[in-house]
Amino acid sequence: MKILVPVKRVIDYNVKPRVKADGTGVDLANVKMSMNPFDEIAVEEAIRLKEKGVATEIVAVSVGPAKAQETLRTALAMGADRAILVQTDDEVEPLAVAKILKAIADEETPGLVILGKQAIDDDSNQTGQMLAALTGRPQGTFASEVTVDGDSVTVKREVDGGLETVKLTMPAIVTTDLRLNEPRYASLPNIMKAKSKPLANKTPADYGVDIAPRLKTLKVSEPPVRQAGVKVPDVDTLVAKIKELGIA
Amino acid sequence: MNDILINPDELSFLLWDWLRLDDLLASEGSDIDREAAEAILDLSHKVATDTFLPLFKLSDNREPYLENGQVHALPEIAHALRGYAELGLFSAGFSEELGGLGLPSLLSSASFAQFLAASLAVSAYPMLTTANARLIVTFGSEAQVDTFARPQIAGEWFGTMCLSEPQAGSNLADVATRAMPDGEDEWGARYRLHGNKMWISGGDHDLSGNIVHLVLAKIPDETGQIGQDTRGISLFIVPKVLPSGERNDIAVAGLNHKLGYRGTTNCLLNMGEGAEQPDGRAGALGWLVGAPGQGLPQMFQMMNEARLNVGLGAAAMGYRGYRHALHYSQERLQGSAPGAADKRSGPIIRHPDVRDMVMAAKCYGEGALALVLYCARLVDTAEQDEADDALLSLLTPVAKTWPSEWGLAADDLAIQVHGGYGYTRDFDVEQLWRDNRLNPIHEGTTGIQALDLVGRKIRRDTAGAFDMLDERVRAVAARAAGTALADLGQGLNAAWGRIVTVVAQLRGMDSVAAATNATGFLRAFGHVVVGWQWLDRALLCLDADPADALRAGKPWACRYFFEREIPKIDAWLRPVETGSQLLMEIPENAL
Repeated sequence: MKILVPVKRVIDYNVKPRVKADGTGVDLANVKMSMNPFDEIAVEEAIRLKEKGVATEIVAVSVGPAKAQETLRTALAMGADRAILVQTDDEVEPLAVAKILKAIADEETPGLVILGKQAIDDDSNQTGQMLAALTGRPQGTFASEVTVDGDSVTVKREVDGGLETVKLTMPAIVTTDLRLNEPRYASLPNIMKAKSKPLANKTPADYGVDIAPRLKTLKVSEPPVRQAGVKVPDVDTLVAKIKELGIA
Repeated sequence: MNDILINPDELSFLLWDWLRLDDLLASEGSDIDREAAEAILDLSHKVATDTFLPLFKLSDNREPYLENGQVHALPEIAHALRGYAELGLFSAGFSEELGGLGLPSLLSSASFAQFLAASLAVSAYPMLTTANARLIVTFGSEAQVDTFARPQIAGEWFGTMCLSEPQAGSNLADVATRAMPDGEDEWGARYRLHGNKMWISGGDHDLSGNIVHLVLAKIPDETGQIGQDTRGISLFIVPKVLPSGERNDIAVAGLNHKLGYRGTTNCLLNMGEGAEQPDGRAGALGWLVGAPGQGLPQMFQMMNEARLNVGLGAAAMGYRGYRHALHYSQERLQGSAPGAADKRSGPIIRHPDVRDMVMAAKCYGEGALALVLYCARLVDTAEQDEADDALLSLLTPVAKTWPSEWGLAADDLAIQVHGGYGYTRDFDVEQLWRDNRLNPIHEGTTGIQALDLVGRKIRRDTAGAFDMLDERVRAVAARAAGTALADLGQGLNAAWGRIVTVVAQLRGMDSVAAATNATGFLRAFGHVVVGWQWLDRALLCLDADPADALRAGKPWACRYFFEREIPKIDAWLRPVETGSQLLMEIPENAL
């Protein structure tokens, strides 16, 4: 079985994002970028399935600028077998990414597509669900446990109020939550080996996908600065204040 | 949380902009390209942050202890080092044939700096182990390499170096450990060792499968006497557990309780006192490395590597002190800046006194890191290039001492910037100072380094190393002419001119007079060398985009260093220039 793992190059999770002065977006100049942490979990899960003998090949794919090649190399160094870069410098919305992934899934026919549940830059949480709809495949989102048995996959999902277990017939789409696993580091020898693993260069046009944005960004701004609180003398005043503010 | 390890952008600036790592990789025909090198540096930063940094305080709070003759260290250290080994970080600097990647010294030093910054005490184990294995690889037989070096390169066994004895510290001629011939086997000439070894870092612990000691000892002559000088010293491989599986006759006589650096065990080892009876009788079994009497020259290979690593660790600790001081001073609100209209408390970095301390710490931390990496690059070219080899040899005592002295000063300033908080164990800076306080002492004290610099490197400079350095310094000063840093170029020329004059004086003095002035000269020489490198880097950044604070800050730091640090050399050089013999004239009872 083949597993397809989409990975996104995002602003590093340790970096404090700054909004551009003209309010058009987040300033990415000279900012450290790395693989979306949820995608790292997806790569790790695919590798574990391969180590268990469930999967035979792992294909990592990224849609983004030429530099996204580094993110793919990270996936290869962790243990993916080959990679596809769909290169574009334009902003690509989740729907366009899902369409490109559908085209790739049609070509590659993976038994599983494992994606991060969301990217930490825009927090959209849409691509996996859209891909499931476009391909007509079942989806198990926010996975905290994935078990493959024959031609079905059982996914334990993190939902509001607890865990939900679903059984999907493969081919299927899975998106990862934080507790699914702890991704490994790529070892030095594997970083070197990743250099010689195949990496195909494609464009959205190769898949016949129009990536023109469907959404218009009006303004990007910093969240409002937290206001200082007030001290109240006693519980009664506190209760009165809370009522006044309409919180309770 | 603020990143307090080495800023990856700073490393990037030093490696690619200043030290041209790309040229080095290309000239070595290395498989490693920039992308792979950056992936390795990125990994190091991440792993150091995730696995070594959490042990910084823990390994200080929970010291190793000795129980029934066995030293127990924190199990978390073993876990972190196992991960470090699995990533191929022990072996990275070794050849592919030995299971490594042949990483150039510059790249592996930059990678290792992150681990040193995260925890000096945990990093000491791989530091000692790789240096030990390299020595066996260089001078040992094939069987010795296979049995004793390879497990260390894989990170399964750890290594030590056993030089000092209770009565023989800086003066190794006093070594009294005796090695008696005991036949020959597949690992070469076998000996029985009897003696006590003091200050052995990693001397005993339960962190690795075995411990390989490299021991200096003397082989007695036919009358049973051992020589009283260093020429009779030989080098032996003495493992804790023998290849037969038997325990060697090495007893832990004591565990030293240290000011800092506590996660690294430090032992007094008694060898050959009959605690165990390997192969039927008392005496620690050891195998001779290379030829008899070659112990010290061989050990100096390890010592030189160890000295650069001490410098690197001291630089990393000093640099981290600077980062703590910077972050704290930006966040701590106290008082309004002089002349400010707003009288509410603002960040303390706006006060001139605090700016002075943070800037000094920056110059020390960044300057020290740059100095050691510059030398690491010389290590890479020294094998092919005699000039670089000579220059490395001249700069090694500086690369060991300057970061040890001034990195420590940066940590001292970091405590001061934190005020009362800095004096508490709730913050990191007091431990940085305690951990770093060892560095001017071990692997040759500052005083010993000064004697090495003046005696061996300056007065017996047959390779013309000083003249080569002279050329490099003057070239940088010349590049400054006509730029915004022209005045600093003149400052460098003036300071360097005094060094050149004093070097001529030192070469003309008798050895007693030269030794009397050695430490002062080392201090001044170190400051001017670091000033030269600061100017070199600042000149690269003259056209930096003001928004690129890292590069735009370099000319400012350089200007600060020349205004407030370089003038200190006057106090250090004047006694040499005037030929002062005051130190030796003072009667002993006046001390």
